[in-house]
Amino acid sequence: MPKLVIDGEEIEVPAGYTVFQACELAGKEIPHFCYHPRLNIAGNCRMCLVEIEKSPKPVASCAMPAADGMVVHTDSPLVHKARKGVLEFLLVNHPLDCPICDQGGECDLQDLTLFYGPDHSRFRENKRAVTDKYLGPLLATHMTRCIHCTRCIRFLTEIAGVPELGGCWRGEHMEITNYIEQALHSELQGNIIDLCPVGALNSKPYQYRARTWELRKTESVDVMDAVGSNIRVDARGNEVMRILPRLHEDVNEEWISDKSRFAYDGLKYRRLDVPMVRRDGRLVEASWREAFRSLADRMAALPGERMAFVVGDLVDAESMVLVRELAERLGCPHLDCRQDGARIEGRVRAEYLFNTTIAGIERADFCLLVGTNPRWEAPLVNARLRKRWRMGGFRVARVGALFDLTYPVEDIGEGPETLRAVAEGKHEICEALERAERPMLVLGAGAVAREDGAAVLALAHRIAERFGLVQEDWNGYNLLHTAAGRVAGLDLGLLPGEGGRDLAGILEGVEAGEIELVWLLGADEIDVSRLTNAFVVYQGHHGDRAAPIADLILPGAAYTEKNATWVNLEGRPQHGRLAVFPPGEAREDWKILRAASEAIGRTVPLDTIFAVRARMAELAPHLARIDTVTPAEWGKFGKRGRLAKAPFASPVEDFYLTNPIARASEVMRQCSREILRPLTEKATGTHG
Amino acid sequence: MSDSVGEGMAPDVETFAFSEENRARIRDILARYPEDRRASAVLPLLHLAQEQHGGWLPRAALDHVAELLGMPRINVYEVATFYDMFNTEPVGRVQVRVCTTTPCWLCGSDEVVRACKEVLGVEIGETTPDGRFYLREFECLGACANAPVLWVDEDYYEDLDYERTRAVLEALQRGERPKPGPQSGRKGSMPAGGKTTLLFEEK
Amino acid sequence: MLHDRDRIFTNLYGEQPWSLEAARKRGDWDGTKELIARGREALVQEIKDSGLRGRGGAGFPTGLKWSFMPKQSDGGPVYLVVNADESEPGTCKDREIIRNEPHKLIEGCVLASAAMGCTHCYIYIRGEFVREAQILEAAIAEAYEAGLVGRDACKSGYDIEIRLHRGAGAYICGEETGLLESLEGKKGQPRLKPPFPAAVGLYGRPTTVNNVETIAVVPTILRRGAAWFAGLGRQNNTGTKIFCISGHVNQPCTVEEEMGIPLKTLIEKHAGGVRGGWDNLLAIIPGGSSVPLIPKSVCEAVRMDFDSLREAQSGLGTAGVIVMDKSTDIVRAIARLSKFYMHESCGQCTPCREGTGWLWRMVTRLAEGDADIAEIDLLWDVTKQIEGHTICALGDAAAWPVQGLIRHFRDELERRIVARKSGGDRAAA
Repeated sequence: MPKLVIDGEEIEVPAGYTVFQACELAGKEIPHFCYHPRLNIAGNCRMCLVEIEKSPKPVASCAMPAADGMVVHTDSPLVHKARKGVLEFLLVNHPLDCPICDQGGECDLQDLTLFYGPDHSRFRENKRAVTDKYLGPLLATHMTRCIHCTRCIRFLTEIAGVPELGGCWRGEHMEITNYIEQALHSELQGNIIDLCPVGALNSKPYQYRARTWELRKTESVDVMDAVGSNIRVDARGNEVMRILPRLHEDVNEEWISDKSRFAYDGLKYRRLDVPMVRRDGRLVEASWREAFRSLADRMAALPGERMAFVVGDLVDAESMVLVRELAERLGCPHLDCRQDGARIEGRVRAEYLFNTTIAGIERADFCLLVGTNPRWEAPLVNARLRKRWRMGGFRVARVGALFDLTYPVEDIGEGPETLRAVAEGKHEICEALERAERPMLVLGAGAVAREDGAAVLALAHRIAERFGLVQEDWNGYNLLHTAAGRVAGLDLGLLPGEGGRDLAGILEGVEAGEIELVWLLGADEIDVSRLTNAFVVYQGHHGDRAAPIADLILPGAAYTEKNATWVNLEGRPQHGRLAVFPPGEAREDWKILRAASEAIGRTVPLDTIFAVRARMAELAPHLARIDTVTPAEWGKFGKRGRLAKAPFASPVEDFYLTNPIARASEVMRQCSREILRPLTEKATGTHG
Repeated sequence: MSDSVGEGMAPDVETFAFSEENRARIRDILARYPEDRRASAVLPLLHLAQEQHGGWLPRAALDHVAELLGMPRINVYEVATFYDMFNTEPVGRVQVRVCTTTPCWLCGSDEVVRACKEVLGVEIGETTPDGRFYLREFECLGACANAPVLWVDEDYYEDLDYERTRAVLEALQRGERPKPGPQSGRKGSMPAGGKTTLLFEEK
Repeated sequence: MLHDRDRIFTNLYGEQPWSLEAARKRGDWDGTKELIARGREALVQEIKDSGLRGRGGAGFPTGLKWSFMPKQSDGGPVYLVVNADESEPGTCKDREIIRNEPHKLIEGCVLASAAMGCTHCYIYIRGEFVREAQILEAAIAEAYEAGLVGRDACKSGYDIEIRLHRGAGAYICGEETGLLESLEGKKGQPRLKPPFPAAVGLYGRPTTVNNVETIAVVPTILRRGAAWFAGLGRQNNTGTKIFCISGHVNQPCTVEEEMGIPLKTLIEKHAGGVRGGWDNLLAIIPGGSSVPLIPKSVCEAVRMDFDSLREAQSGLGTAGVIVMDKSTDIVRAIARLSKFYMHESCGQCTPCREGTGWLWRMVTRLAEGDADIAEIDLLWDVTKQIEGHTICALGDAAAWPVQGLIRHFRDELERRIVARKSGGDRAAA
């Protein structure tokens, strides 16, 4: 542990620290642009120069290893002169367009200029102008503002693993570009907007829409996948203006996927903002009173076994508590939160969790991916796998469809047969599994949502047992969900009760006339054409797939419009918060259910969100431990059975259009057209 | 990139492949570097591609080199635009480059430039209408004791003045390859009046 | 004055063939095996004792640099990289070595590699030297053919592979880590140091980068002994050196001379004197474009070696002597250098990327007198804001010529400004 003297104070820092880190540890703020703790050191902006005794020149602290006996000055005249000089250089070719720049108010260059900048320009020459680049539907470029810190290049190359940006040409003509004027192909590209210390890379959808100081900022949780990325929802009036990541080291670090960041325009379109009832074959607007009366007419006298509840992917835990309570009071055993038909039994919690945890990936030394494309199912889990690979000593093998995950993967087979060979120790990869100290297996949601899903689960269980995936202080067995609401649904037992039907059974029941009413709570990913025989209640926020066939529509709130609990794939409960109000007559979903229960005469006596959460804690105590992953006890799951020949497939065919909000988003549809289509064409070999 | 390629210049292309002969050369080139360091061959391969494609590198050639070397395309774009010898836009097939850096300038490179412009009828940075000659300014060519210098394709023409430059270029226009080296007739960078060292006289 | 018998490069002008046969007649490859047999330590010590300092510009003691290489092999490759990216304006010495004495360089590569335990040697030659590269390539092939290079080089039991690598036009690749980046197939952007190449160099392996001339003199030093080399020149500035004399002299040339030769003697004896006579001299850039110019008054007595020129607030650099007589528009001469550095800046770090262009634009205006007197101080300030703040030395190299101009020709700059302001004749002299 080297000991240094920084501005007269002695400090001991961990070995491997840079002078910059040592200064930060000593509480000294070092101005910087190119340095970013999660990116490789570039040392190019020269803003972090400090004085180190015995060194003839000021030293870039970000790139200098801290060494024993160093005497560092961060506040000397030499340092101030150097910083001032560097800043002046950065400003000579930087436009004075802060008043119209989206970065204004949250700009590193602006902030540091305030501290170190000159009060006037000594630059009499013409300023450089740089042609803007086309990088696709998400990124707006103003390249004249670029200060060449290369954070964007390094992020895409290192973290995203999609090296498509570079610095072309040289000297003062160096330009950040992808050279080809086409959209970037990373699902994490929006993060370079946050990384850009100036206004060179802006959000295209947000461009010129608001000033940062006008925005109301609400800390919340993302629902575009099951990762539970921490986000900040910035709103003005009752409109979400943009979504940014919040730091959570164990979940999303400081990144979010482009779907999480950019799908918010979908919150404005195709909204269900008023209750509707079907009259004479047409859906017409109605009041809540009329809606509930219609509901009561249908339900009050209907036996519980002739109705069913299907819970969708974006449903919050509070609403599910209400669904559970209501179904119980109705005597309805037919309920299912597994829209995809997953064969998860839900008895053993470890069966359906990402037990390793996202951060835990960094401790693994081997990973077997089964029927999953983590890059599209959970981009930040994939980013963590890539991070682990970059650390070295990490091997990834895959059973399933080929897809570029941004790190090397050994493809060992496509379907359950291969998995069985592994489980029986008859595959050559077994040697690596056996040797691994902390092996992990990631079972895709698609791999268990098939006829043979239970058998696949059983195989995974066997592999976990056979190769020591579950040890003290390590659980390498993981299920990778794609739905933000799924783990809560399973935790709260939104599964067929005694004698109850699962989703397939419900659909069959409807067709057979045995089920007369189906309540879809945000369930749009099912085959709604099979529901024509039943009275369909659709409760949700978007007129997506199910609403058009519904007989009654109860307009609910999207994730930005309610205070709600979400449980991510690790089993981590987190609170989302209301950032804007639901539009029109739409209401928070648990409240709709509460009111409906009273209307039908089966009142669920939970009147406040605190009461709902108290009940939730009774049903599943760990859900009260916010932001805590409660390790799940290992147990037996899966069912031996016949395996299908069909290869595993990812449930995500189009990353940008996986849910009703994303499907309503013009930006996401543009991404699908411009980013994804060329990619899939390339993968199928029709290009090049 | 340019919308149209001038007459006589190598055209832009959708696809690019190395010739049989160059493929053999590439095997030799790759053998110079460790197997897992194929990217090291990017400069030699771009040289080859540019030579094959009449003096400039269409994007298809850059993509092809990237694929051959297992490099991200952007890194090849970066390299191709970083180094002065590569042209990423169509240019004339014969590259006429005048050194105008201070040592050449002191010895009259302005006159060499004037002769080039007059004989070729183009400005610096332009290609002759027939697509044959591309005239450009170049930074120090490292032959300062033989300044000023003109660099045509592989050869240096040294000790130039206005008249000598004209003579060289006019010969090139006639399709000849004038003898490279000092046009003053001296040997290498020996003092023009005769050498002052390496006389090996008894002292 | 150096005797011909003490000259190392006896075919500097290419009067004889470059071939192996001719090289052997000149004494190359004589007893190389026995030299290798002396062992690493002895070889490094001999070079240390000779006082040889790097000929690429910085003048770092070569033997000391070699001693930074790991003493024990870990079994992996260790590299010698020869910097033949000669691009410093005013410098044309390596070109003569490569095209006329390639075997001195190749033999030097073998001996230097043996001294440092290198397994592979790359020679990085600037792309513009097409013909020179062809000759060197052929010479390396000859050496392989003759068993002098490759497995069991010179039957010494030592294996060394030598490969030629062509650049593609970027001055910055003459910076040793820029060169390594380029050799790895990237843009030639200098690396952050530490780590230094001796620890983490080419492909992350221990590497020494040496200039062509440095390596090419090694065989002769080893054959004739450190004492011989150290006996030439002056203390800490030993041996012989190839000087390139360009610009306003009657007979521009390259010539090998003793270190420490008076500048005036060098020019008068070998370059036929300043055009129009010594009194017609205005200023000289003594060590390639990166060092500050020195006015005639300083030129009178200064000696051509590292330390003497440093005392004169300039430097020996690459020993490219650029002579300017009184007809020279000195401001434009320096402005053209500023343009060079702007053009060659790699663009990586802020002070150089933004500062070199600013310098050029200001000096260009000053050449026309289109400025305020106060801008001379601003120009000085800008050079000081670049100097010492960049990743590599290109920033310093861009700053120093301008500093030299201001230091010695401030009155000329002021005269032009005043002349323009008063609407008088065109300012340029």
